[in-house]
Amino acid sequence: MAHFVQQVLDGLASGAIYASLALALVLIFRSTHIVNFAQGEMAMFATFIAWQLFTWGVPVWAAIAATLVVAFLGGMAVERMVIRPVEGSSELTIVIVTLGLLLVFNQGAGWIWDFIIKQFPNPFPAHVFDVGGVRTTAHTAGVVAVLLLIVLGLWALFQHTKIGLAMRAAAENPESSRLVGIRVGRMMMLGWGLAAALGALAGCLVAPRLFLEPNMMFSVTIYAFAAATLGGFDSPGGAVLGGLIVGVTENLAGTYIPFIHQDLKILVPLLVIVAVLLVRPNGLFGHREVVRV
Amino acid sequence: MSERRRVVLVEGTAKYRIAVAVVALVVLAIAIAIPYVMPPFRVFQFTEVLMIAIAVLGLNLLTGYNGQISLGHSAFFALGAYTTTVLIIDHGWNYVLTLPLAFAVAFAAGFLVGIPALRLHGLYLALVTLSLAIVTPPLIKRFEGVTGGAMGRSVPKPGAPGWTGLAQDQWHYFVVLAITAVMVLIARNLVSGRIGRALRAVRDDGLAAETMGVDLAIFKTLTFAYSAGFAGVAGGIFAFVVGFVSPESFTLVLAIGFLSAMVVGGLSSISGAVFGSLFYVFVPVYAADVNDALSGVIYGVALIVVMFLMPAGVVGVLRRVRGLVVDVRKPGAHGPTVAPPVVGRDLSEAAGVPATSSSAEL
Repeated sequence: MAHFVQQVLDGLASGAIYASLALALVLIFRSTHIVNFAQGEMAMFATFIAWQLFTWGVPVWAAIAATLVVAFLGGMAVERMVIRPVEGSSELTIVIVTLGLLLVFNQGAGWIWDFIIKQFPNPFPAHVFDVGGVRTTAHTAGVVAVLLLIVLGLWALFQHTKIGLAMRAAAENPESSRLVGIRVGRMMMLGWGLAAALGALAGCLVAPRLFLEPNMMFSVTIYAFAAATLGGFDSPGGAVLGGLIVGVTENLAGTYIPFIHQDLKILVPLLVIVAVLLVRPNGLFGHREVVRV
Repeated sequence: MSERRRVVLVEGTAKYRIAVAVVALVVLAIAIAIPYVMPPFRVFQFTEVLMIAIAVLGLNLLTGYNGQISLGHSAFFALGAYTTTVLIIDHGWNYVLTLPLAFAVAFAAGFLVGIPALRLHGLYLALVTLSLAIVTPPLIKRFEGVTGGAMGRSVPKPGAPGWTGLAQDQWHYFVVLAITAVMVLIARNLVSGRIGRALRAVRDDGLAAETMGVDLAIFKTLTFAYSAGFAGVAGGIFAFVVGFVSPESFTLVLAIGFLSAMVVGGLSSISGAVFGSLFYVFVPVYAADVNDALSGVIYGVALIVVMFLMPAGVVGVLRRVRGLVVDVRKPGAHGPTVAPPVVGRDLSEAAGVPATSSSAEL
């Protein structure tokens, strides 16, 4: 039993990271109706910046904080320069452009920092908690705590601040928002900036477990896609729950299903995505989009 | 615009046919001359161009003509490559004879993926196929007994038959050139005429196409299957031309590379596949001198820039250049013609698609 609880707990730890990246995807989807295929790669790129600062001697938390600011500005710049020009184009065009971004960030990181794996510092103490045979590292506890803080922060932003309200309005109905004086373009940039910062945080938290290299986020991105699909692409709460469910499912499948084992865990998100899209395409909490013909 | 003197060609007339024949002959002459005037490593690169062109052509059937997106074509390419590898090494087949089977296996897999694709479109289809591409390398490693796992397998490269007097690289080139010609003919037959119109109608407005009597389900799944089959043939060629298959050859970057080649060459264009593949193969040749990762960056930037500036790709630019010199008109039309938009609304054409026979022919 303790073994099972242990596996669930470990799953929650990965799930919290998938949830953060899924939240980033949802933020962008809600503000610009785009699924950003480059989200994970932008996060990886930011993580490299944090690593670079750290190797230059900046304390790890300061390096992460500085990286979040850089990622925020970078996300806004990407929206303004790359996404805005194709706004309103066909889905195919936008998918191709975000894939272009994916390649640029992925290979760009390989160019600047090469493809050799790097050790990323653990921002949490190396302490291990032991409760009745179930062991939790401070890293796990820290990651879950950070996720909770993010969720609270985003909730407060969107429900209790004027700027959050403006962002929601701009996503819901850009035309009317413009008429009441909301700078819709700026709100979209803000959405991308927030998402990029969130992704960067997810990258910095996952890097100590995965080793830092340009392809680090490929699998995390797929898990985040599965989480967002499961929760519904326009539901932040769904993304968090979806992330946790995917994390636990993946870990249990890896432990208890011999065929999957550790190396084929990546099949789990694929199956989740296909199953959800076939059975309930809007996810658990997503809203059905009604199209006028 | 100032009145420029342009040569007027009317489709279907003798003059038009002669012009088309001359262009075709020049292209054929260049294609045949390449292995005689180029050094062996260049000939190998042009063989690669033809091989990639087949996969890009398949992807274009799906994306350019039918509007479905796939980021998972590296998976079908891998399937073809391993089918050919296993048949050559373990069963002693002739390499060319393995290709129809590589096509069939990838076709079947594409059909299976195409079924859920019916309910998904745009972003969601991209998601599913993206996961397919990411799952491919670990799956290959898992089935070590067949695939050789992470170590990969070496495939004997076929030599040229003695009567030809050709070197190995020249022989490979001509074999692949012949296969490419066959695949281009198949693609041409698929996209011209009624079936092509139906494909484009589905792309531009599925609902309206259905009202016109196009069977959406059959068209979409079969397009996916054909498209995967093309990638399978390209993969099969990869196995015996490169002579080595391993999971690292079939990553997501390959799938996005196909997409880059297609977009750069030109969506909904058969000749675009060749231009796109030239770009795909020769960018790394020159970029690797600077940095190995540079070609990936260039592919990525190309995807974005082409979508911004020339959505019709190289072919679109060439058409515009041709438009400065030659004015191609439909018979009966008067006055200068306007170049057709890349993603036009072909619904009026689709009206000519009968309900039953169109799907039966596919």
